[in-house]
Amino acid sequence: MSGSKGDRRKERVDRGIKVRSDSVYAISSWREITYLVAPRLALILVLAVAPFILSAAPYWQRVVSIICVYSLLAMGFDFLANYVGLVSLGGGFYVGVGAYAAALLNTYVGLPPVITIPMATLLGAAICTVLFLPCLPLRGVYFAIVSLMYPLLAARIIEALDIFGGTDGILGVDGFSNVWVEQYFLVLCVLVMVFALRRLVEEDIGLVFRGVKDNDQAVKASGININEYKALGVFIASALGCLGGACLTHMYMWAGLSQFALDFSIIPIAATVVGGGGTLVGPVLGCMILVPVSELLRDFGSLRIAVYSIVLTAFIVFKSEGIMTYAARKYEQFERWAEI
Amino acid sequence: MDIIIYGIINSVSLALMAVGFTLVYGVSRLPNFAHGALYVLTGYLTWILMNRAGLNYVFSAIIALGLTGLIGAAMYQLVLIRVRGMPISEIIASYAIGLAILEGLRWGGLKGGTFRLPPFIEGSVSIFGVSVDFQRLFVVILGAAIMGALWLFVNSTKLGLALKGMAQDERAAMTLGIDSDRMAVTATAIGSILAGAAAIILLPLGSIVVESGYHVLIMAVAVCIVGGLGSWTGAVMAAFIIGFAQIITVVYFGAHYQVVVALLAIVVTLISRPSGLFGRQKELEERV
Repeated sequence: MSGSKGDRRKERVDRGIKVRSDSVYAISSWREITYLVAPRLALILVLAVAPFILSAAPYWQRVVSIICVYSLLAMGFDFLANYVGLVSLGGGFYVGVGAYAAALLNTYVGLPPVITIPMATLLGAAICTVLFLPCLPLRGVYFAIVSLMYPLLAARIIEALDIFGGTDGILGVDGFSNVWVEQYFLVLCVLVMVFALRRLVEEDIGLVFRGVKDNDQAVKASGININEYKALGVFIASALGCLGGACLTHMYMWAGLSQFALDFSIIPIAATVVGGGGTLVGPVLGCMILVPVSELLRDFGSLRIAVYSIVLTAFIVFKSEGIMTYAARKYEQFERWAEI
Repeated sequence: MDIIIYGIINSVSLALMAVGFTLVYGVSRLPNFAHGALYVLTGYLTWILMNRAGLNYVFSAIIALGLTGLIGAAMYQLVLIRVRGMPISEIIASYAIGLAILEGLRWGGLKGGTFRLPPFIEGSVSIFGVSVDFQRLFVVILGAAIMGALWLFVNSTKLGLALKGMAQDERAAMTLGIDSDRMAVTATAIGSILAGAAAIILLPLGSIVVESGYHVLIMAVAVCIVGGLGSWTGAVMAAFIIGFAQIITVVYFGAHYQVVVALLAIVVTLISRPSGLFGRQKELEERV
């Protein structure tokens, strides 16, 4: 805000159309309706058309699926961090649990993917929630630390006990019937989850979640058990992660230790920070930017993670609001000079 | 006898890993998630200085420590200072820096057993019938020396007392003219140097690998949580508890379960005594 003379400042004012479309006048004319619907439709269209356009290049078509898997994870991270106040550095754990659950259900019990994916999602989320129960009373730093240990330990334990195929992983998992089913299932999942979560956090329960994040003492004083809500939050986030993991298993027809890997923990965090935390759409946007970059950097091995980390740090320091928050502000408000 | 001697060695190593992390957290309430990365980095720098620049061991170790201290200070001054007071951003930013260092090193070719620091003195000695190599003996001696020096530094030098003041009550310290940001930079630098010192003492026991960065971070955090964050006596006690528990697990159950001990210790501590063994009531409020 650099006023030339010192007696002016920049102020931000909501656009008229934004104010109108917030209230009952939203359906007063096509203009207001378009204003409201256009950004949402844009997201839906982009995700719906991407598999078609990229079908010319099968490799990049697969990338759409990967973007969707990471988007699910990133949404889970965003929800947990910015609405429930639990920073989970171990997103890889959710993916791993979901992946192994789906693979086990498929290979040992012999269920088809139509059943294993929803079952792995719910079962995996239940397992994650139970395992995280002892850590739920923890706040900020402490939860972050403990959640960081989970994927590392899980991989270590599977390796040490040589269960679930040990270091080889579980092979011979059924794939999706064809690539279109895979892509559109994932795209649908992402879209449903984005809009469902955005709705959820605006409901009463979302208010309680935010209360738990901002002032848990006040929530406690209102006679609400915060641990129940934290457990619910972890359940929702881990369900998203497990869904991603289950889809990943059926995509690659394989579940293994690499599904507990660092990529699944760090990319969602980076995507959330880049896209804009607390918006729930931001993480999807962040994934659309970061995952293709990651594919381009695939030849450089672990340099990818280093690149992410640097991008992440730069965004936290210089543009901590993220792309989505910035775009939303430009879309909804204008700036002008005001005399003081 | 095995258990006692190796228990002590393991405990002192854990205390060494944790002390830098506790110091930074105690003074500036900043969880330095890049701790493990700084540990590996110091080892790597020492190796580079010895093998590529041809300096002798002591000299390259000192230069590496100095560089790590500078990197720690720069990390605080350039990045972390901007996100102070935002716990989520603090964690993510410091973790991201740590990851960038570690994975950058991995990409730069740090893998496998080729990177080794030589032990200070070769050979081994027999104590009460248990054969212990000199390096492990050095771990205990230098570990004790570092703890002692740190204790003296904190309790009898002006800078140390200022750090202690910051740790106890930041506002009161500021009214007495202690510059909070400068102290935090100092603490981060000292914490980084301590991480580096731990690396130089401990790394000759194995080879320099990226994974040990994560391992050190986890162990440091486990020790700090069990001991009560910011409490140094607690950290040392916790290091001994976890250290012995680990050795006993290795002897009676097998080496696989060694990592599980740390998590179990954290979980049990958090359930039974959320503020840690030596944590105070005030900390309880902010953790749980």
